Amino acid sequence: MSHYESQVREPLITGHKTYHDISNDIARPIESKAGKLWWTAFGIAFVAFLLGIGCIAYTVGTGIGVWGLNRTINWAWDITNFVWWVGIGHAGTLISAVLLLFRQKWRMSVNRSAEAMTIFAVVQAALFPVIHMGRPWLMYWVFPIPNQFGSLWPNFNSPLLWDVFAISTYFSVSVVFWFIGLIPDFALIRDRATKPFAKKIYGILSFGWGGKAKHWQRFEEISLVLAGLCTPLVFSVHTIVSFDFATSVIKGWHSTVYPPYFVAGAIFSGFAMVQTLLGVLRKVFHYEAYITRKHIEYMNIVIVVTGGMVAVAYLTELWIAWYSGSRYEDFTYFSPGAATGPYWWAFWALILCNVLIPGLLWFRPIRRSFFWTFIISIVVNVGMWFERFDIIVINLSRDYLPSSWTMFMPTFVDVGIFVGTNGFFFVLYLLYARTFPVLPQAELKTILKSSGESYKKHHTEDEHHEH
Amino acid sequence: MTNTKIVYGLYGDDDDLMKAVKSIRKQGITIDEVYTPFPVHHLDKALGLKKTRISDIGFFYGLFGTTLAATMTWFIMNHDWAQDIGGKPAFSWGQNMPAFVPIMFELTVFCAAHFMSWTYLFRNKLYPGAAPQNPDPRTTDDKFMIEIHTTDVEKIKNVFIETGAEEVTVKGDYGQVNNLVQEEA
Repeated sequence: MSHYESQVREPLITGHKTYHDISNDIARPIESKAGKLWWTAFGIAFVAFLLGIGCIAYTVGTGIGVWGLNRTINWAWDITNFVWWVGIGHAGTLISAVLLLFRQKWRMSVNRSAEAMTIFAVVQAALFPVIHMGRPWLMYWVFPIPNQFGSLWPNFNSPLLWDVFAISTYFSVSVVFWFIGLIPDFALIRDRATKPFAKKIYGILSFGWGGKAKHWQRFEEISLVLAGLCTPLVFSVHTIVSFDFATSVIKGWHSTVYPPYFVAGAIFSGFAMVQTLLGVLRKVFHYEAYITRKHIEYMNIVIVVTGGMVAVAYLTELWIAWYSGSRYEDFTYFSPGAATGPYWWAFWALILCNVLIPGLLWFRPIRRSFFWTFIISIVVNVGMWFERFDIIVINLSRDYLPSSWTMFMPTFVDVGIFVGTNGFFFVLYLLYARTFPVLPQAELKTILKSSGESYKKHHTEDEHHEH
Repeated sequence: MTNTKIVYGLYGDDDDLMKAVKSIRKQGITIDEVYTPFPVHHLDKALGLKKTRISDIGFFYGLFGTTLAATMTWFIMNHDWAQDIGGKPAFSWGQNMPAFVPIMFELTVFCAAHFMSWTYLFRNKLYPGAAPQNPDPRTTDDKFMIEIHTTDVEKIKNVFIETGAEEVTVKGDYGQVNNLVQEEA
């Protein structure tokens, strides 16, 4: 096998790692006991999760009236959080699918955690369409199931029904894509396990994987085809989510730029969340050799690019609002009515967090800094939350009839459920980090000889010998 | 078949494995199986494996999904209860087709992805709790193993040693080489 790679490229695996070292590094967190830090984080996340469960139970038991919604603003934190979580869930599939299609080797250290993030974020997102229903126990009516009402069906014209199909397809396909990639890694853990219980569990999870040549051939084929299917899926899912707004007649929502702009925003916030999580993970698990400065920089470049797209979309909205000549558009999102209206602070929080601060990533020292990356990634997710809040609430608060103009104030239940989903997300993520192989061994081992630091050096030495 | 024995050659590096596979095949010896910890590129070509058809069938699974979605939306929205919902034309499927595109797209992806994955698991005989298919647990870590079924054990042993095998094992010599035995050893 030839392993020629340009020396211009920085190594993606630093240090003098061997195949066995990679196995050891991946298995270490699984085979060791959780430390104090993990238990503290898990404890906090679990308490937040319980708070969320309590607030959800209170909502379902008492009624949606316990939220801050009113007759004008009938979507606020619920759908803001839904779109926010779905957006975060997009980077995982982008990293594993789109970057696979583009043969980006740096995705390999990142994709497993990003996919886990996707799945756990979509779980949080999927809570909101159910709990924001007035009668969530009738939720199954959204499915086209033959029934005793003469077979009464759902209406396939509604983007909310498309959402059901989009989210369930996205979730289930992501889980399958993730799991198929995990099978060879579970087999590694199974074959190393010394405790009978762990051996049993990983034996079940690894489905009897043996790494046969034919199986690897099919594995690579199905990974590629699933990546090919997941790529349009990512774009379609957030497009369909954007249709919830874009197909309406509300000024500010009724906009054809929404599908690509939402997708760009989703990738923007999703990558920011990956940065937040990996910034901690690489330190705690000592994965500095796999998640290098270069990986962080690559992801920051994606953030800058998608952040730029989002900024262009903001300007487009502003331009079109003015250019349309429609007086109602004056109160939309980026128009004077929004920038100076009662929600001016939410609007300017968005501009600050999504355009100005991430703009710092244009500077090389900042986008290569672990510290600033971590800070900016959190700022971006705050900004992207405000983006969804602004789209939903500002537009609803000043609608066509001035007699129905109003403001929105969340209650503790709104806040509690949001905090709860964050808790639930981290409960799942923390459990994942201790039980699942966080780096894909099978993929990292394929790039060790072409992109590993010691092998790259070895190559130059070889060339010297030949001359 | 009574005299047929299984010989395993264990290699420590993927480059050694590739060289061994090529050299063994050149000598006209059939390789029955190769176990590797990760996909070794071009190994399937070196072994002369046929191209997998899993993506071909995936196309038909996708087609099935599209057909399912088109039939379902037509039946529900135009045939069974052709109602006026918000002024959307329900006279024929084609008139309201744009509203069904998201559903058709999602079901296409859904069917293609899931049925392909089931096919993959089924064809590879992978299921929860299946016995590990690799004879040596080291092949999921950093070792590469070639399996040859032969009546002439000595010849194959020598072939393995000549091609740089780190370890050569004959199945049955000291019990089956599998995870459980390794664990006890």
